[in-house]
Amino acid sequence: MATEAHAAEGATGYIIHHLTSLTVGEGFWALNLDTLFFSAVLGSLFVWFFKRAAEKATAGVPGLVQNFAEMLIEFVDTQVKDSFHGKNELIAPLALTIFCWVFLWNFMDLFPVDILPLIGSLMGIEYLRVVPSTDLNATFAMSISVFCLIIFYSIKIKGPWGFAKELMFQPFGPWLLPFNLLLKLVEEIAKPISLALRLFGNLYAGELIFILIALLPWYIQPVLSFPWAIFHILIITLQAFIFMVLTIVYLGMAHEDH
Amino acid sequence: MSINATLIGQMITFALLVWFTMKYIWPPLFDSLEERKKKISDGLAAAEKGQEEMHLAEKKAKGVLKEAKEQSSEIVNLAQKRANEIVEASKDTAKKEGERLILVAKAQIEQEKQQAKEGLRKEVAALALRAAEQILGAEVDKTKHQDILSKISNQLG
Repeated sequence: MATEAHAAEGATGYIIHHLTSLTVGEGFWALNLDTLFFSAVLGSLFVWFFKRAAEKATAGVPGLVQNFAEMLIEFVDTQVKDSFHGKNELIAPLALTIFCWVFLWNFMDLFPVDILPLIGSLMGIEYLRVVPSTDLNATFAMSISVFCLIIFYSIKIKGPWGFAKELMFQPFGPWLLPFNLLLKLVEEIAKPISLALRLFGNLYAGELIFILIALLPWYIQPVLSFPWAIFHILIITLQAFIFMVLTIVYLGMAHEDH
Repeated sequence: MSINATLIGQMITFALLVWFTMKYIWPPLFDSLEERKKKISDGLAAAEKGQEEMHLAEKKAKGVLKEAKEQSSEIVNLAQKRANEIVEASKDTAKKEGERLILVAKAQIEQEKQQAKEGLRKEVAALALRAAEQILGAEVDKTKHQDILSKISNQLG
């Protein structure tokens, strides 16, 4: 894609330029530095904020930071309690991490599309994609991790044989074993794919629309980008929420023994 | 746009973040939340208990007040009764005293009357004697006519 960007000029060139990652390496071992950098920075931001709240946590009157952190904790805890009935120390912190991290990723979308790449270009960085959730690597990394946890807990709770039985004998009984297996495999594999693609698709489309708006004359831009940004606040929160809730639900399903 | 090693890097970052959250962020914040919940529910329970106790105390106070009122009215009644008694008694004594004083005065009057009578009698006797002396022209021996004289004076009395 990088070569295309060099070749194309005008509107297409602008769009492709915005959607090209800063990459080092070739082939599979290439690394998208911008995705790694921004997600790491945002992750650190999340950890720093919550660590600060956790260090000062008191049962007395909470401060502003603690109040906000507790609000999120309560919110996540409610979601976990609603859809997950087993006992697992990991689920709630996992859900919190997913929600906050994905939200922060998505939030990068609300920065004006040109500002960070402009700063980057001044520093000699040619390509910069600031929204990690518009990179399939980021969304798939998260959904595959969740998928691994689903498989891990399915085997841990139901036992290897129990999990295998569930794959083979449900939902139609032992006589339709191959069909069951196929159905179940598709069902399981659809989980990480749908998780990753849903988030990616929403944010990629959102980013693309911001880029398209940026191509219009400057006096039209605010009229379009302002309502879209407002609408986008809803989308980014919703996508973070959906990712979190589906993770909880999937892990809840993994914990349910039939 | 293609999948590459970034995926692995992101997974490692994600794992680290989840681990950190699980270890250092979730427990203290969640514990403080739970603790506050407990504190608040304890406080509410205490408040409820306090209110109940207040109600009880109020009831008790009302009872005490009622009792005190009854007692005081009883005391007032008693005092009134006692006062009436005292008034009655003093009336009695006054009456008796008055009667006694009247009796004493009457006795005194009687005595004085007797004295006056006696004095008069004596004077009359003396006058009668002198009149008799003048009539008779001679001295009447008092001793000789003592009988007559006393008879006369007795008749005068």
